[in-house]
Amino acid sequence: MNVVLDNAGDIALAFIYTLSLFVVAGVLSLIFGALLAAARVGPVAVLRKAAAVYVTLIRNTPLLIVIIFFRFAGPKIGLTFSFVDIRVADIRLNNLYAACAVGLVVYTSSFVCEALRSGINAVPLGQAEAARAIGLPFGGVMSQVIMPQAMRHALPPLASVQIALLKNTTVCGALGVFEAFARMRGLTNDFASARTEIFLAFALIFVVLVEVLSFVAYRLERRWRIV
Amino acid sequence: MATSVLFDAPGPKTVARHRVYSVVAYAGLLLVVAFIAWRLQETGQFAYDLWEPVLTPSIIEVILVDGLLNTLKMAFSAIILAVVFGLVFGVGKLSDHAWVRWPCWLVVEFFRAVPVLLLMVFIFYQFGGVTNGDRGAYWSVVAALTLYNGSVLAEVFRAGINAVPSGQAEAAYALGLRKSQVMTIVLLPQAVKIMLPSIISQCVVALKDTSLGYAIAAIGLSTVSRLVYIEYGNQLQVVAVVALLYIIVNLILTGIATWVQKKFVGEKNPIDLTRAGNMDGGQNTGGAV
Repeated sequence: MNVVLDNAGDIALAFIYTLSLFVVAGVLSLIFGALLAAARVGPVAVLRKAAAVYVTLIRNTPLLIVIIFFRFAGPKIGLTFSFVDIRVADIRLNNLYAACAVGLVVYTSSFVCEALRSGINAVPLGQAEAARAIGLPFGGVMSQVIMPQAMRHALPPLASVQIALLKNTTVCGALGVFEAFARMRGLTNDFASARTEIFLAFALIFVVLVEVLSFVAYRLERRWRIV
Repeated sequence: MATSVLFDAPGPKTVARHRVYSVVAYAGLLLVVAFIAWRLQETGQFAYDLWEPVLTPSIIEVILVDGLLNTLKMAFSAIILAVVFGLVFGVGKLSDHAWVRWPCWLVVEFFRAVPVLLLMVFIFYQFGGVTNGDRGAYWSVVAALTLYNGSVLAEVFRAGINAVPSGQAEAAYALGLRKSQVMTIVLLPQAVKIMLPSIISQCVVALKDTSLGYAIAAIGLSTVSRLVYIEYGNQLQVVAVVALLYIIVNLILTGIATWVQKKFVGEKNPIDLTRAGNMDGGQNTGGAV
């Protein structure tokens, strides 16, 4: 365990990058995914089609390819994110970080959109009809009847999408962000004899993070359950 | 939109309003497309030099044979092994003996939570992947994908077996069959039918994850594309072609999954895979767009 403890500071820094990617991409993907879902179930046919095309294309492309696009192909058309350069203590968020984060957002939001859509589709038609029949206006139907039920249905898939996002942040490590995966690789190269314990340490931290997320999701689900 | 939960059948006023929205949306989307096209034009991305490599037969052959074929082989090997892994651990998790159940649970939980990339690189360096050249990298990718997808499939198998009506097992026990016979003769054959769509959609996940072989230079679409765009400096074009290949293969798989689901299971899949760690969340067939 010595290698892991000796490098605890570096490992902590790496996981700060991982978590920051997760938070940034998580929040933005929820927002962008919600907009996509709104277009996907909205009344405007053009937007429905456009959102469907976006979701189909992105969902079937590997995350690595999406990030490679923003990382290596983007600069070719002048998309460099060079305006991003934030320093907070030891953490430096540069254009590579931004490109990877954008890739994660683009990829994850298509799954968020599908999770939300499946939630809305899970609401029985009779609910909306009954709400309209008692005279609720559109806003009332949405806010009082449909969205509360849709959100409950959408929560479990949304949680699993966000958990997958946490694990997917490691892909950024292969493309230049110095987060957990890149750090693990660096450490295992420097201390080849301690490879197994280094891997187990990183793996266990991920297991703990994933379990925490699933626990939070489970508690939310239980709190919001109706029956 | 008559089938939508959200909206009533629109009246004449609403129809007119929606028409205005449609026009605005059309214009907006056209602007976006035009802007992208203008950027591409401005930066010279339509130049034939940059597209030439991906239109040259020898390079197409490299992309299709070294890239796509290897990627498909990796995904296929991984899924076959993952089904075996999933079967063993899924049935193990349903065991009556705690000393079988708990280790199986532990293994499945661990490999589901660890990112595939970490696993892949660890296997590559620790178990002789480095010293065995391309073959080592190939099997490192397959091993990592087997462990991850196998753990997800273990959940699928467990859910599938649980989805068989309990009367089936009870009737089999009443006939005097042993536990192993109930599992192999009665439960599994019925469960497989329910699980088939989920297994096929897991193929999409496995296929997409083979691209991570990039990190250990395993020969596949992602690695080959890197070699091509580094040589010719045409990142945009190569990425577009590779993404298209992935999309086509995945859409075919999704189509098969949807067809199998309609044929064998019906509209609604009884297995809830929401928590199985699959990126597709609650949607088992992935397709049904």
